[in-house]
Amino acid sequence: MNQRTFPLFVTAAVFALAYAFCLSRFPAFASTRVFANLLTDNAFLGIVAVGMTFVIISGGIDLSVGSVIAFTGVFLAIMIERVHVNPWLAFVMILIIAALFGAGMGAIIHFLRMPPFIVTLAGMFLARGMSFVLTADSIPINHPLYAQLNELVIRLPGGGRLTLIAVVMLLVFAGGIVLAHFTRFGSYVYALGGNRTSAELMGVPVASATIRIYVLSSVLAAVSGIVFSLYTSAGYSLAATGVELDTIAAVIIGGTLLTGGSGYVIGTFVGILIQGLIQTYITFDGTLSSWWTKIAIGILLFAFIALQRVVTMAWPMRRVQAA
Amino acid sequence: MTGMAPAFPAIRKALPQIGALAVVLLANWLVFPGFFDIRLQDGRLFGSVVDVFVRGAPVALLALGMTLVIATKGIDLSVGAVMAIAGAVAASMTNAGHGLPLTILAAIGVGLVCGLWNGMLVALLRIQPIVATLILMVAGRGIAQLITEGQIITFVDPALIFLAGGSFLSIPMPVVLVILMFVLTLLLVRATALGLMIEAIGVNLLSSAYSGVNTKVVLIAVYGWAGICAAVAGLVVAADIHGADANNAGLWLELDAILASVIGGTSLLGGRFNITLALLGALIIQAMNTGILLSGFRPEFNLVVKALVVLAVLLFQSPQLMGMLRVTFRRAPK
Repeated sequence: MNQRTFPLFVTAAVFALAYAFCLSRFPAFASTRVFANLLTDNAFLGIVAVGMTFVIISGGIDLSVGSVIAFTGVFLAIMIERVHVNPWLAFVMILIIAALFGAGMGAIIHFLRMPPFIVTLAGMFLARGMSFVLTADSIPINHPLYAQLNELVIRLPGGGRLTLIAVVMLLVFAGGIVLAHFTRFGSYVYALGGNRTSAELMGVPVASATIRIYVLSSVLAAVSGIVFSLYTSAGYSLAATGVELDTIAAVIIGGTLLTGGSGYVIGTFVGILIQGLIQTYITFDGTLSSWWTKIAIGILLFAFIALQRVVTMAWPMRRVQAA
Repeated sequence: MTGMAPAFPAIRKALPQIGALAVVLLANWLVFPGFFDIRLQDGRLFGSVVDVFVRGAPVALLALGMTLVIATKGIDLSVGAVMAIAGAVAASMTNAGHGLPLTILAAIGVGLVCGLWNGMLVALLRIQPIVATLILMVAGRGIAQLITEGQIITFVDPALIFLAGGSFLSIPMPVVLVILMFVLTLLLVRATALGLMIEAIGVNLLSSAYSGVNTKVVLIAVYGWAGICAAVAGLVVAADIHGADANNAGLWLELDAILASVIGGTSLLGGRFNITLALLGALIIQAMNTGILLSGFRPEFNLVVKALVVLAVLLFQSPQLMGMLRVTFRRAPK
């Protein structure tokens, strides 16, 4: 265990403890049905969190993802229901739009040397505003393809139903892990987050890497938006408000260092599961109000950030002593 | 000539903001000819321009604290949630039968505690401000809902409602509160060395610590002040709707406050701030909001306009772009 993997182990331990606690209170937590629902309900959050993990590892932040999810939903609803475009074509269109959007933000961040926080804030306003400009109503999507896709499930033993969107999330996580650890792009992302100047000196193409990171984040936000529109069968411009915060929280709880340079995609997966677990527990309990979710996530967030501080303060000293 | 010198640079520095405000107000007047009509009724000023000042008060209050925080190279994302908490505290205190002074003190006290918490995370644990304040932004609304028990608490206490609906010397109370807080903030940072220390921290935390600035105390104080400003803004909003709405009070206002500071020329990279211009920034934002409403566009259109404003300000603040332009202009005559 070293400085990099330690937060990951803590995250996994927290999840195991939390799961054991839930199990002791409600034995139903052991059923595949609860677990499959956990995956389905958090599918859109998980997908967007993969992109956020890359952004945060590179030392940036992306506040626009929630708005991009809402825009995707509204765009798909309008295209499919009002313009009668084939849903597959609409999917491709929104992915291209999102890629251009992310490229724009990445370019501004890199070439104008502006803090990612404020640039993606503008992106957040823009995407949310554009979805309002398209429509302020909630538009139901009744296309037969949506019903077909929602019926695609893998039945698990014990009554669990692994839905298509849950599978998509698992695939995105698998893809994210490969991208982070087995490709050149992945090592660029870690290098950028570790130290931008040394990354540049080592020959990392900083401009294209930065732009590709934000393209990845926006495209995954659009995929998440597609999944969200399948999940709700509607497009609504007020949907997914605050998702950027939930996502950032999941990434941090998952053990990714906010200063960049260190983190694991698989940790984010556990972070998403922990958040889902809290929500499921509160639903099961019935007496706890939903606002406890926010407080619990806030406390977890604080605990993990404090842990990160301790880890980053303690480890370098030990390394010096060892040397 | 020498007598004008101190005032002249100050106004010249404010020219872009004053110009922007004038353009927005002029546009408002063009779409709504009655825009500048002001009338005195029941001892209080009414009219569209007055409305800009009154509606802009919460963001203006937040901007006072936010500007100082940004000047230390920080950011405070939690102010919207702190507004909700302060409003919830005020509403439940007044419904429990406490008087106005105690209610206000309690709300402001809670805001101060929230601010100090943020400040300690930033100054003592050295967590990045954006993350440190994210904790309270996420948990804060939960805490506010805990206080209101998930409901919107309404109240009828005329003393508390006076904070939004009343007037002093025929000036609406929210504006009076902004002026009061503005003068207080200005005295704090410009009549003392505090403003200089804040800027020093924003430029370089380490070197200001070496030159004897107690960076920890200054940082905690700045976040504490932002909390107090947020609490006052929360009081105004609660008094305005006669109730505390834990979910929606101050929602996304932190972004408007950041925008106001940035429009006011406060650099996001720290070390430079101007509270007066931040107030002008808040006014510009509110004048745009009002203008969009008056011109019959949907209020949601606001977000697109704001996005464009942020982009424009970013382009102006970017040293890279300005450098590029300077080079181009210098080359042009040759």
